[in-house]
Order: sequence, then structure tokens, then C-alpha cells
Amino acid sequence: MTVAIFWVSPATDMENRMMVRTLLIRGMLVGFLAGILVFSFAKVFGEPQVDHAIAFESAMDEAKAKADLERGIHDVEEPELVSRKLQASYGLLTGVMVYSTAFGGLFALVFSYANGRMKSTDPRVVSVLLAITGIIAVYVVPSIKYPANPPSVGNPDTIGMRTELYFIMMLVSLLGMIAATMLQGRLRQQYNAWTATYLAGACYILIVFTTGELLPAVNEVPSNFPADLLWNFRIDSLGMQIIMWTTLGLGFGAFTEYANRNRFGYRNGANIQLNAH
Amino acid sequence: MSDTAIGSHAIPSPAPIPVREIAPWLVFGLLMLLALYFVGAEEGATSIIPGMYVHEWVHDSRHLLGFPCH
Repeated sequence: MTVAIFWVSPATDMENRMMVRTLLIRGMLVGFLAGILVFSFAKVFGEPQVDHAIAFESAMDEAKAKADLERGIHDVEEPELVSRKLQASYGLLTGVMVYSTAFGGLFALVFSYANGRMKSTDPRVVSVLLAITGIIAVYVVPSIKYPANPPSVGNPDTIGMRTELYFIMMLVSLLGMIAATMLQGRLRQQYNAWTATYLAGACYILIVFTTGELLPAVNEVPSNFPADLLWNFRIDSLGMQIIMWTTLGLGFGAFTEYANRNRFGYRNGANIQLNAH
Repeated sequence: MSDTAIGSHAIPSPAPIPVREIAPWLVFGLLMLLALYFVGAEEGATSIIPGMYVHEWVHDSRHLLGFPCH
């Protein structure tokens, strides 16, 4: 009890503001670190799938060259703006690092709100819970409806519609998760944590399932596209997300716990207590 | 601070950071969303910068990160 008071009292507005700044920088650093891991994985496992898919695309394009040339956007057909070599190295690196660092920062902002407002007082637990809900809301659920596709899957004419649908699904999933989290907090006043989580989780599933049923399906996989290639590509895409969110969840929590321990010295506090007895 | 550290818990319970102290930092959140937009959607469905260079540069990551592409 006294420990809680010691934390509450010294947190002035300025300290809080600086705390958010610290968390934000930390989040971006952990995101950057995660990006390096994600890039390494993508380079080794993801890129070969992209290359296979582009090889398939080239073969398809050669077969029906004219019609496709008219419509469009084909890396291998059109004069290359960016070479495959650059796309697969620095291009991939840029995309992954920006994505991962940005998610690290967003993660930190959500954490700065969630920490202290959740039942758990351990930043590591808060961080891991955020990462689990994050990957489900932002990647897993939208991808169940609109899965990641390798090059050569997808009609350039429908890119506008597909992008809209994907972001609608992601937005509904994210808002549904936020609503479910708030609901869980309310329900916990009446029920135990398990029951509250079951009920809130059921609401989230109901929201995303209904939305998924209402939104149109998109299937633009060429009928002769290799099934194993599609599977491998999607699994590698999922792998990248798991690596990123795991690093964010565990890394951010660990660094925050470590920083708090040094800053507020509650390990020392424990020692003092021992000495006093 | 040492006198206040006497308690039964090893981990102190954190006080929530007031929303008004988090709000100014949301500007950075918007910047990150903009960064995500450039990786995920620029020069695909919509376009801010003319040409296809950004799209082509982040092409592989866009596919692998699950965004619709082409």
C-alpha cells in the first residue's frame, strides 16, 4: 500500500509528460530492434517466395503478354524503376524498418495509456497483453478475411477496392478490440476475470465475424498458382508479424521493468525492508 | 524516497498517466500512421507523390506485411 503512494505522489505533470516521451522513444527503439529481426527472417524465408511468385508471374505474363501489358503494373514487364536486387534488399529493409519502428511507437503510446489502467501492475504483463491483442486485432483477424498475397496474385484493377476492404476490416477489428477491452473492464466488476474475458472475447469475435460476413470476398488467385507457394508466403508473412509483436511485447515490457527498477529502486526498497527487520 | 519504499510488494503499482499528458504525443502517433501509409498504401490505391518509385521501393515488404499490392 505504501509503495503505491510513493509512486503516485511524485508523478507531476512534467514527469508524466517526460514519461510518455521516454516510453515513446523506447517503443521506437524496440520496434527498430524488432525490425532487424523481422528483416532477417523475411530476407531468408520470405524473399524466396516472392522470387518464386515473380517467376510465376513472368511466365504467366509471357503467355498472355499483350492484355496484361495494357493494364499495367508489372515489375518484370515494365521498365524497372527499382531493380529486383534493390527491392529484395534495401527496399525490403526500408519497408520493414519503417513499419516496425512505427508500430513500436504506436505500441508505446497505447502502453502509456494502458499501464496503470489494467489489473496487472507489472509492465511486462501489460506489454505482453497489448502485443497479443495487437497482433490479433491488427494482423491475424484482417488477414483471415483478406490474407497476404504474393506478387502475381491480385488484379491491378481492383487495388482500390481491395485496399479499402482491407483497411475497413482492420479498422473494425481494432475498434472491436478496443470496445471488447473496455467491456472486459466493466464486466470484471461483476464477474471474475476469466468470465469477463470470455464474454468480451465473444463480443469481439461476433463483431469481426459479422463484419467479415458482410464484406465481399476477394479471391484473385490464378487457378494454376502453386498452392504450396501461396501457403509458404502466407506463413512467412505471419511469421514476420509474430516476430515483430513478440519482440515488442517481451522487449518493451522487459526494458520498462528494468528502467523502473533502476529509477524507482524498488529492489533497493526490498533490501531496506530486509535490513529493517 | 527510501522511507516510502517500505512495503510488502516488490513491484509498486503504477499510477495511470493522465490522458492530457499523453495527448500532445499523439502527434507522433499520426506521424507513425503516415509512415505506415507510405509502406502500406502509397502509390497503390491512392497516391501523394507522383510516380511509382515509393511503391516499387517498398514492394516486397508491402506484399510480405500483408497489404494489398498491385
